[in-house]
Amino acid sequence: MLDTFVIPLLQIAVLVNALLVTVTFLVLMERKVMGWAQARLGPMRVGPYGILQAIVDPIKLILKEDITPANADRFVFTLAPIMSLVPALVVFSVIPFGPEQPYYIADINVGLLFIISVTSIGVYGIILGGWSSNSKYPLLASLRASAQLISYEIAVVMTLVSVVLTAGTLNMIGIVEAQREAGLWFAFVQPVACVLVFIGGLAETNRLPFDLPEAETELTGGFHTEYSGMRFSLFFLAEYANIIVISAIVALMFFGGWMRPFPNVEALAFLDLIPGWVWFCGKIFFFLYLFVWIRATFPRYRYDQLMAIGWKVLIPIAIGNLVLTGIAKVVL
Amino acid sequence: MEAFVFYLLATLILGLGIMVITARSAVHSVLFLVLNFLLVAILYVTLSAQFVAVIQVLVYAGGIVVLYLFVVMLVSLKKAPELRSDSRRVARTGLLLAGAVLAELIAIVWYTSANGSAPPAQAASDFPPRLAGDAMLNTERLGWVLYTEYLIPFEVASMLLLVAMIGAIVLAKKNL
Repeated sequence: MLDTFVIPLLQIAVLVNALLVTVTFLVLMERKVMGWAQARLGPMRVGPYGILQAIVDPIKLILKEDITPANADRFVFTLAPIMSLVPALVVFSVIPFGPEQPYYIADINVGLLFIISVTSIGVYGIILGGWSSNSKYPLLASLRASAQLISYEIAVVMTLVSVVLTAGTLNMIGIVEAQREAGLWFAFVQPVACVLVFIGGLAETNRLPFDLPEAETELTGGFHTEYSGMRFSLFFLAEYANIIVISAIVALMFFGGWMRPFPNVEALAFLDLIPGWVWFCGKIFFFLYLFVWIRATFPRYRYDQLMAIGWKVLIPIAIGNLVLTGIAKVVL
Repeated sequence: MEAFVFYLLATLILGLGIMVITARSAVHSVLFLVLNFLLVAILYVTLSAQFVAVIQVLVYAGGIVVLYLFVVMLVSLKKAPELRSDSRRVARTGLLLAGAVLAELIAIVWYTSANGSAPPAQAASDFPPRLAGDAMLNTERLGWVLYTEYLIPFEVASMLLLVAMIGAIVLAKKNL
C-alpha cells in the first residue's frame, strides 16, 4: 500500500509542484535574459530585481476573464489546453533524477519510447485549439504547427534511435549507466545526434527560430489567439513544460544525466560531493538558458525554409548518422 | 482482477468505437478514435507487451490520427457524406464487411481452440545467451523473434510500406 500508492503520489506531488514553480520562474528568467541581451533591465518593478513578477503573472492570468468565442466548439475548446498540458507532465513520470528509488517515479524498460510517444500526443492540443476557436488565424497556425511537429519528430526519433543503438537499451537509467560504462558522455560519442536532437527540440517546442506557429507578425499570436485567462495559461505551461522535457532528454541522453562531468577522471571525484539530482537540474537549467539565448540571438525562419531544413537537411543527416552508428556498432 | 480489467477495457473500446461512427462532427469522431487507440494500448500493457503498447500510441494516436485530423479539418464536412450516396448500398457493404470480420474472428477462435495457442512458444535456449533467462527484456525478445522466426512476413510487410510510400510520391508529384 505504502509502496504502490503513497510514495508515488508524494513523488508526483513534489515533482508537479516543482515543475510548475520552475515554469513560472522560467518565464521570469526568459524576460530577464532577453532584457540583458537587448541591453535592457527586464522586469524590475515587483519585488527586488523583479523577482516577484513570477508570482504576480500567474495571479493576473487566474483573475482574467475566461472567454469562449461565440461560435467555438465548446467541448473541444476546453479539451485542447488540457490535452496539451497533460502529456507534457506525464512524461516526467519516467525521467530519472538519479539511479535509485526516490529519484524516479517509474522505471520502465521502454522509457525513451514512452517519452517520444507521449510527447507526440501533445500535438492534439495545438491542432484542436486552433480548430475549435473557429477563427482563421488560429486554424492556419495550428495547421502550420502540426506540419512542423510531425516533420521534425521524424528527424528527432531517427536520431534518438542512433543513441539507443550506442547505449543498447531504451531504459532511461540504462542509457545513463551506459555512459558511465563508456566513461564518456554520449555528446562526445554522438556529437551530430546531440546537435540534431537539440535543433529538433527547438522546433518541437515551437521556439525561435522555429516559432512559426506563433509568428505574431503574420498570425496575430498563433493557435491560442482566442484563448484567455486560465485556459491560455495552460497552453503557456505546456509550452514551457515541453521545453524542460527537451532539456531533460538532452541532459540524460547526451550529458550523463545525474553524473558529474568527466565521470572517468578520478581526480575530479570531489565533484561527487554535490548530489546527482543537483547535477541533473544544473544541466537542465543550462539547456533552458540555451533556449532563451537562442531566442535572443536568431531571427525567425520563413515557412518554406523551415520545411526545407526539416526534410532536406535534418532527416538525411539523421538517417546517415543512424547508418554510420549501425556500421560502427557492427565493426567495433 | 485481470478479467475485470479486460472486460472493462473491452466495453469502453467497443463503446468508443460506436461513438466514432455515430458522432455528428467528424472532428469529434476522430477524437473518440484517439481515445479508442489509447485504451487499446492499455489492453496491450495488461498483456505485458509494453513495447507494442508504446508503439501503438506512437504510430496510431501520435501519427496516423493526426493526419486524419488534418484531412478532416481541411475538408469542410458541413454536409454529411451519406446524403449524397445511396444509403442502402452503404448498409449492404457494411454488413458484408462486418460479416467477413466476424467469420474471420470465429475461424481464429475455432482454429486456436483446436490447435492450442497459435504461435509456438519459444524455448529459452533458442535465444542468444544474453537474452535468455528471466531478465529477458520485452523489446529485445520481440526484435529477436522478428528477425529470426518471422523474418519473411516482416520483410513482406516492409515491402508493402515501401510500395505505399513510392505510390504516394508518384501520385503527389505531377512531373517526376
